[in-house]
Formats: sequence, C-alpha cells, structure tokens
Amino acid sequence: MSDTHAQTVAFVREGMLDQQPPPTREAGTVKWVRENLFPTWLNAILTIVSLYVIWVVVSTFVMWAFSPTWNATSLSECRQMLEELGRSTETACWGVIRDRWEQLLFGFYPSDLYWRPTVALIVLLAGLGPVLFGTFPRWFMGFSLASPFLIFLLLWGGPIWLPLTVALGFGLGVVAFRVFSRVNQIVAVLVAIVIPLLYWLLLAWPLASELARVMPIGLEPVQSKQFGGFMLSIVIGVTAIVLSLPLGILLALGRASNLFIVTKLSVVFIEIIRGVPLIVWLFTASLLLNYFLPPGTNFDLTLRVIIMVTLFSAAYIAEVVRGGLSAVPKGQYEGANSLGLSYWQSMQLIVLPQALKISIPGIVNTFIGLFKDTTLVLFIGLLDPLGLINSIRASTDWNGIYWELYVFVALLFFVACFSMGRYSLHLEKKLQREHR
Amino acid sequence: MSEAAQDRTVNRSAMQVSDEVAIEINNMNKWYGTFHVLRDINLTVNRGERIVICGPSGSGKSTLIRCINRLEEHQSGQIIVDGTELSSDLKNIDKIRSEVGMCFQHFNLFPHLTILENCTLAPIWVRKTPKKEAEATAMHFLEKVKIPEQANKYPGQLSGGQQQRVAIARSLCMKPRIMLFDEPTSALDPEMIKEVLDTMIELAEEGMTMICVTHEMGFAQAVANRVIFMDQGQIVEQNEPKEFFNNPRSERTKLFLSQILGH
Ligand SMILES: Nc1ncnc2c1ncn2[C@@H]1O[C@H](COP(=O)(O)OP(=O)(O)O)[C@@H](O)[C@H]1O
Ligand SMILES: [Mg+2]
Repeated sequence: MSDTHAQTVAFVREGMLDQQPPPTREAGTVKWVRENLFPTWLNAILTIVSLYVIWVVVSTFVMWAFSPTWNATSLSECRQMLEELGRSTETACWGVIRDRWEQLLFGFYPSDLYWRPTVALIVLLAGLGPVLFGTFPRWFMGFSLASPFLIFLLLWGGPIWLPLTVALGFGLGVVAFRVFSRVNQIVAVLVAIVIPLLYWLLLAWPLASELARVMPIGLEPVQSKQFGGFMLSIVIGVTAIVLSLPLGILLALGRASNLFIVTKLSVVFIEIIRGVPLIVWLFTASLLLNYFLPPGTNFDLTLRVIIMVTLFSAAYIAEVVRGGLSAVPKGQYEGANSLGLSYWQSMQLIVLPQALKISIPGIVNTFIGLFKDTTLVLFIGLLDPLGLINSIRASTDWNGIYWELYVFVALLFFVACFSMGRYSLHLEKKLQREHR
Repeated sequence: MSEAAQDRTVNRSAMQVSDEVAIEINNMNKWYGTFHVLRDINLTVNRGERIVICGPSGSGKSTLIRCINRLEEHQSGQIIVDGTELSSDLKNIDKIRSEVGMCFQHFNLFPHLTILENCTLAPIWVRKTPKKEAEATAMHFLEKVKIPEQANKYPGQLSGGQQQRVAIARSLCMKPRIMLFDEPTSALDPEMIKEVLDTMIELAEEGMTMICVTHEMGFAQAVANRVIFMDQGQIVEQNEPKEFFNNPRSERTKLFLSQILGH
C-alpha cells in the first residue's frame, strides 16, 4: 500500500495537524452578531433601527435622571440650580426625594418613632425566614409565631398586654385541641375554635385593660390613620398575603369537597368576591359597613381594608389552589385512603404538598397583583404612597413635580414584586430538585 | 404471561387456610349511576387464603376489590371485613383501611416523599408509632423486598418493579391482616414482573391472606388456592387452580382461558 502511495501522491503528511482555532468570522462574538443581528438585509435594518430607539430612550432617561439636584429644597430652587448648570429644566429634581422620602415611606407616623416600623420590618423579615427557606433551627419557629404580635405592638404601640392576651387565646386553642383530640378529632377542632373565640370576646379585653391599669408597661400608641406611605402598603399587603393563603386553601378544599353545603357556600363566596371589583369592596369597607355597625363603634378603617383585601385575594388563591388540587392524580387520594389516613391527614400530608407545588407560580402571581392593588386604598382616603404623592404635589414647595416621585415609588414596588417573583422561581427549582 | 412462579419451588407448607373468616360478602350489588357493575356477589374468604381473580377487562374485578376497603361504595348487600361490617361510619372505614393493605396497578407512591417516608407515613400518623420504631419497621420491610439501599431516594428515581416493591413494603408497614392487589404487574416491563411476583410469593409463603387481580396464570397455579373468574359483574366460576385451568366448566371461562393462554 505505502508503495503505491509513494508513486501516485507527491506528499503525504506524517502526523496529524494540531487543531486550529476557527477563522474569526466563524467564532465568538463576531459570529454571534453576524448570525443573530445581521443575517439578512431586512434584519440588519431592523437591528439598526432598534439600536437607535434603545439609544434614544436610554440616553434621554440618563440625561434626565443624572442631575445633581439632591440638595434642592423646592422646585424653584431646583430649576435655578439647573439653570446655573446650563441644563434644561426638563431634568429630574431629586431634592424632592431627599426632602420627602421619610414621608413616602412612613406617611404621618410620628417622626421620632420611625425606628418602630423599621424594627418591625426587620422582625417581619426574620420571622418570615424559617417559613420561606425552612433551614433555620427549630426554636426560631417560635420566634416566627411570636413575630405577628411583636410587629403589632411595634406599629400600633399601646400597653403590651393586648397583644399578649390575644396571643394567649391561640395558646388556649392549642391546649384545648391537644386535650380534646384524645376524645375525638371533630370535637377537638370545634372546642379549639370555640374556646379562644369566647375568650377573645368576653375575657381578653377586660383582662388586658386590667393588666394595663395595674402594670402600665408599653409603647406610645399610634393611630392607624397616621400610618401611610410604603409602610401602609406593606402592612396591608403582608397581612393580607399571610392570612389569605390559609383561607384560600380552605376555600379550595371546601369547593372540592363532597359535602353539598360546604361546596355551595365556598362557590358562592368565591364567585361573589371575585365577580366584583376590589375598589367596590374597598368602598363597601369604608362607607357601607358604617351603616351595619352599631352607631358609635369605631371599627378601624385600616383593619376593615385589610379584611376586605384578604377576602378578595383568598377568593383568587382558592381558584389557583383548586387548579393544583385537580392536577393531583386520583391515585394519590386512593393511595392515601388505602393506608387509612383521615381526610385532613391525606390533604395535609399527601395532596396539598403536591397541589401547592403546582400552584406556586399562580399563588405568587396573585400575591404580586394583590400587593400592587393595595395602592387602590388611595380612593378611600388612606395615604398610601400614591396618596402621599398627591399631597406632596399639592404643597407649595413641590407644586408641579411628578416624575421623580412616581419613579421612586415605582422602584419601591418593583423591588418588592421582583423579589417575590425571584422567590417563587427559587422555590420551584428547590422543590424540583427535591422531589423530581 | 410470565413463567416466574415456575422458576422456584414454592413452599406451600406455611400456606395454611384456617376456618376463621376474613372477608364475607353477601348478595352485594353496585351501580355506577344506572350501570350495574357488580351483580349479586357472594364470596367468603378464610384467613390464609390466596385468591386470584381474573376475567376480561371491564368485568368489575377492580371494582370488587376496591369495595373491600371501601375505595368504592356498594349499594346493597353486606361486606364484612375482619368482623366489621362496612357502612358509612367513618371510624369503621379508617379501621378497616388500616387493616387491609392495597397495591395498585400504577403503584400510587407519594412522589414528594422519599421511599422511607412513604413507608413510615401511615404508621406514624395512623398508628401513632414513634418515628424511630416506624423507621426500623420500614427498613425491615424494605430489606424484605430487597431494596433497602434505595430508602433515601424519591419514587421517581426508581424503576417500575422497584416502585411496586416499595408499594408492597409500604402496605406491609401497617402490618395488615389482608392484602389486596389490583393488577400489580400489568404496568411493568416483562423483566420486572418476576421480581414483583417473587415478593408476592414470599408473602403468600408467610401465610398472608391475599386477593390478587392478575392475569399471571403461572402465579395463580403456584400460589393460589382458589381462582375466581368474573365476567360482566358476576362471579362466573371459582375453583382450585388445577381444576380451574384443566377443566373449566363454563363456555365463557374456556373462551377467556384460550385467549389468555394463547392456545
Ligand atoms: N368511576 C366510574 N364511573 C363509571 N363507570 C366506571 C367507573 N369505574 C369503572 N367503571 C366501569 O365499570 C366497569 C368495571 O370496571 P373495573 O372494575 O375497573 O373493571 P376491570 O378491573 O375488571 O377491568 C367498566 O365497564 C368501567 O367502565
Ligand atoms: Mg382493573
């Protein structure tokens, strides 16, 4: 063979050549740009036009936003500063944020007490930690359970006895359940609901006021109507989120149950709440409820709003969870039943973990919507960030300003909502890894 | 059809049928809406019996054994399991379900729990067994079905045959007195059928009362002490396996056997 080669071919390379890098035209960035941005004439034109549009938008925004007006104390002072710099008056005046950021965050909360909502936020985040990430020591769960009461005390102030006596009610419920569950599960559930209710209605308030009289320990009280700004959005949003999840799950279970009355009640509740705009419910909370309540009662408006928003989002959560419930295969219910698990056990241990896993994107989506909808309370006179923007714009110093304030508030909401979205992705990935 | 059962000599010495009645079904009827699925079922199963139910698809085999642990409700007649009559009383149902183990065609393992958690869940929550003890029991039964090394995996990571063996172990962890099997091998690839049948044979050798819906005739011949043929919601014929296969009495049975045995 080699002989024939030697005669027919002039040159045969002895060894393999090393691999060579591809020509620049075919590699890396150049190749990517060629293939994705300029593959044909039409695409090339579209690319250039898009780049131009992006350039115009970004540069305009940067020119507007990059503005050394941090120290201005009024709009006219800011305009003057800009003129001296030779900049157009169509430039941002960030002085308004420096001047009013505390108000945008805390509303009319007394300024010497700003530390209280700040600490409350830290307590909230710390308390949510074990619930959201589940990698904390067990005793921390106790802190999570105590955090709602602590947050209440920090925000509203007053004697420490009210949150303590209310918390005691939950303790009573748990003890009653433990004691009676030896007798009968259903009786235990009933007793665990009735005893705390009776206690709260009849005993808690007199007990708290008596204790407050004997031992007046507490924080300076703050009225709900002083709450405002982003803090108000968080108070309404977080409370409604935390309460509407369990309520929504119960409604979903109710709707899927085969007890006729429970099913019908759940359906009616869900459809009525969902079928009417939130703003109508908010007006109902602020105006109509006054007619139904005995005259003279002063049922806190913020509390009424929280209840309405909670019910509203519970109806949505219920429908999202119902989708998850029906996606759990029938075999899972049968597997659980065949092992002798009771209805609540099979829901808690088998069906809900799988249904909720499927529902996570929908649930978080609902929560993000709910959080942004808290801005609707503006229309019933609560001073959420948008309400405060209106009042800031009405002041003589800042009359005529708007973009800066809306950009700031938008940023706050974006950070909150984007974090929720990221958390949802994290949770989905984690459960994917764990369960396969 | 698998020849699994013929591969090993089945030790029939422990398969004693006692006089004690485990399950008694009297004149039981069931309808799905207007469709009469089960007609006048009469069946008595003694403790220690291994019964194989066969019959064409749609004949009501699954429905029958699902009535025994009340995954389905019957409308007339009586079902008495371990001396307790099945009624709509929740207490009775939960009691019977924890005494009667069941394995399904599609395993119905809980995908969000590990193999070990699948096995310890019911003992911990229904029987209130301490966790340590439940885990020890679970490992014992996982060893019995020969997959202790998979204890910390999730069901999705196991083969079909392994999953079905886990399902058997999961039922056994409740220490049931009766086991029901609904076509446990029909969703499995042929090479996995044997491992599941071997597990079931071992169970029979230990004297478990078993009712199996299956078309594994080798298994029926080796293990069953009675084979029941169902068609159109009725028990058409029942006999000990030798007689059943060699001298089927009704035409329907003959036709079915000729189809399933491929003659
Ligand atoms: N939930 C149900 N609703 C209505 N009909 C059903 C239901 N389950 C089963 N059936 C019908 O009952 C008959 C018996 O079903 P099944 O017991 O599953 O049969 P097999 O297990 O013998 O194949 C079939 O005709 C089936 O279509
Ligand atoms: Mg079937």
